[in-house]
Amino acid sequence: MSTTTETPTLPSGQAGRTGRRRAIQQFSERAKAERRLGWWLAGPAFVIMLAVTAYPILQALYDSLFSYRLTAPDERTFIGLGNYGVVLTDVVWWRDLGVTLLITVVTVVVELILGFALALVMHKALKSVRGWLRTAILVPYGIITVVSAFAWFYMFDINSGFVNTWFNWVPGIDPDLNWFAGTWTSLAVIMASEIWKTTPFISLLLLAGLAQVPDELTEAAEVDGASWWQRMRRVILPNMKAAIMVAVLFRALDAFRIFDNVFIMTNGAFNTEVLSLLAYRTSIGRLEIGLGSAVSVLLFACVLLICFIAIKLFKVDLASQRGDK
Amino acid sequence: MKASRTKERVTWIIISVLVLLYALFPVVSIMATSFKLPSELTSGKFLPSSWTGSNYEQILVGSAQDLFLSSLRNSIGIALIATFIAVVLATLCAYAIARLDFPGKKVILTTALAVSIFPVISIVTPLFNLWRNIGLYDTWPGLIIPYLSLTLPISIWTLAAFFRQIPWELEQAAQVDGATTWQAFRKAIVPLAAPGVFTTAIIAFFIAWNDFVYGISLTSTEAARPVPAALAFFTGASQFESPVGAISAAAIIVTIPIVLLVLLFQRQIVSGLTQGAVKG
Repeated sequence: MSTTTETPTLPSGQAGRTGRRRAIQQFSERAKAERRLGWWLAGPAFVIMLAVTAYPILQALYDSLFSYRLTAPDERTFIGLGNYGVVLTDVVWWRDLGVTLLITVVTVVVELILGFALALVMHKALKSVRGWLRTAILVPYGIITVVSAFAWFYMFDINSGFVNTWFNWVPGIDPDLNWFAGTWTSLAVIMASEIWKTTPFISLLLLAGLAQVPDELTEAAEVDGASWWQRMRRVILPNMKAAIMVAVLFRALDAFRIFDNVFIMTNGAFNTEVLSLLAYRTSIGRLEIGLGSAVSVLLFACVLLICFIAIKLFKVDLASQRGDK
Repeated sequence: MKASRTKERVTWIIISVLVLLYALFPVVSIMATSFKLPSELTSGKFLPSSWTGSNYEQILVGSAQDLFLSSLRNSIGIALIATFIAVVLATLCAYAIARLDFPGKKVILTTALAVSIFPVISIVTPLFNLWRNIGLYDTWPGLIIPYLSLTLPISIWTLAAFFRQIPWELEQAAQVDGATTWQAFRKAIVPLAAPGVFTTAIIAFFIAWNDFVYGISLTSTEAARPVPAALAFFTGASQFESPVGAISAAAIIVTIPIVLLVLLFQRQIVSGLTQGAVKG
C-alpha cells in the first residue's frame, strides 16, 4: 500500500533538539507498540484466510501424490505424479478445459460489451432515472446463481419452457427443439444465464471507472470537434484502461470457476462439462480423492497461470488498483 | 427545443424499459412458473391461465416442507454466522490497515486478493476428506468455516476502502473537546464507520447466501444443507410429478428478501462494491 495512512498519534513535532534522543527512543517504542497492535488486530483475519485456503490446497497437493479411493482406504499407495499423468493424458481433461475456456472467453467478451453499454447508459442518465436503473441492474447481482440457472433452464426447457413457442418464427427454433440435448444449444443457455447474472457487477465497476474520467478532457475533445467515437476511443477508453483490466481479470477468473449453472442445467451431459464439475465428479461423486486432488491442483494452477499472464501482459498492478490510488 | 426534450424523454423511457426488461425478465418468468398448476407446466405459455398457490403450499406446509424449511433455516443461520464472524474479524483487520502503521499490510491485502480469486472447488476435495475424518461433514461449522474463505477477503477489501475515507482527526478533536477515548470513538467514529460495516455485511451475506459448491459437496442431509443445494435435490410431490413448480416457488421465496435488501440499500451496495474494487 503506497499511501500509508498518516498516524496523527506520532509525536513528530515534539522531537526538539534537546530531547531528541529520548524522542527517538519513545518514537520507536510507540512504533513497536503500534506494530504489535496492528498484528493483533489484523492477525486473526489473516491466519483464518490462510487456514481455510492455503492449508487445504497443500493437503490436496499431498493427496494428489497417492492412489487413494475412499471406497478402498487401505489400498492407499504413493504413486508420485501418476495421477497427473492420468488426468493430463485423458481426453476428458482437455475437453473440459476447452469448454471452460470457451465459456470464459465468450462470457467475458459479451459481458464487457453489454456491461459497458449499461455503464454508459447509467453514466448519461438523468439523476432521477439513474437510481432506478442502478436498482434494477442490481437485482440479477443479488439473485442466487442456482436460481438464475433454474430460471433460464425453465425458460428454454422443452417441457416447461416458452421460448420455443415464442420464437417459433426464428429459423432453427421449433417446438421440438430440445435445447439441452445438444452441446452448442446447452452452452448458449448456460452462458446466457451466466452473462445475465454477472454483467451488473462488471457494469458497476465500469461505471466507477467512467466517473473517474475527467469531464474537462471529454469536453475539450468535444470542443475540438472530436466525434463521439473518437472521444470514446481516444479519451474515455484510455483513461479507463485500469478499471477495464481489473473488471476483465476478475470476471475471467470467476467465469473460469463456473460450476452452478452447468450442474443445474446439464450436469455436464452432451460435452458441456467444465473443469470444476470434473473435479467435483471425481472426488465427491466417485470418491477418488487422489485423482480428484490432482484435478483440483491443476485447476488451481490454471487460475494462477491466467493471473500471471494477465499481470505480465497488461501490467495490471492488482493490489494498487484495488487498494490505493 | 421543446421537441428535442420530449424526444430525449422518450429515448430515456425506452432505454429504462429495456434495462428493466433485462434485469427482471428471468425473475418474472420463474415467478410466473411458480404460480402454474402442474397440468399447465407444459403449456408453453409465459403466464399461467389460472393462478394457483399450490406450489407454495407444497413447500411451506405440504409434502416438501421438511426439505425446504430445514434448508431455509440452515441457509439463514449459516450465512448469518459466517457473515458476522467475517465482518467482526475484517473490521479489526481493516481498522489496523487504515489506521495503524505496521509492516505486512500489503501482505495481508495481497493474501485477501489471492484468496478471493481462489477456485473454490480446489479446496472442496481436501475439506471433504478432512471433515469426514473429524466429524464436521454435514454440520453447520463444516460450512461456516469454508464460507469464511468467501466472505473474509471481500470484507477486508471493502472495509479497508471505507475506513481509509474516515476523517480520523475527528477522534482527536473530540478528545480535545473533553471527550474520553471511548466517548470519542463511540460518538465520532462509530457513526462514520457503521454504514461501511453494514454495507460490507450485506455484500458478505449475499456471497454466503449464493454459495452452491460447498453446500452441495460438504453436506448430505437436511442437518446442514443450504437452500441452493437443496433446490438441486427437489423432487415432485410424487415420483411421477415434475418438481418444476416447487423449485420455482422456493426460488421466489429465497429471492424476495434479497431483492428487498437491494431495493432498500442499493446506494450503499454500489459504493461498497466499487470502492473495494476500483477506487479504494
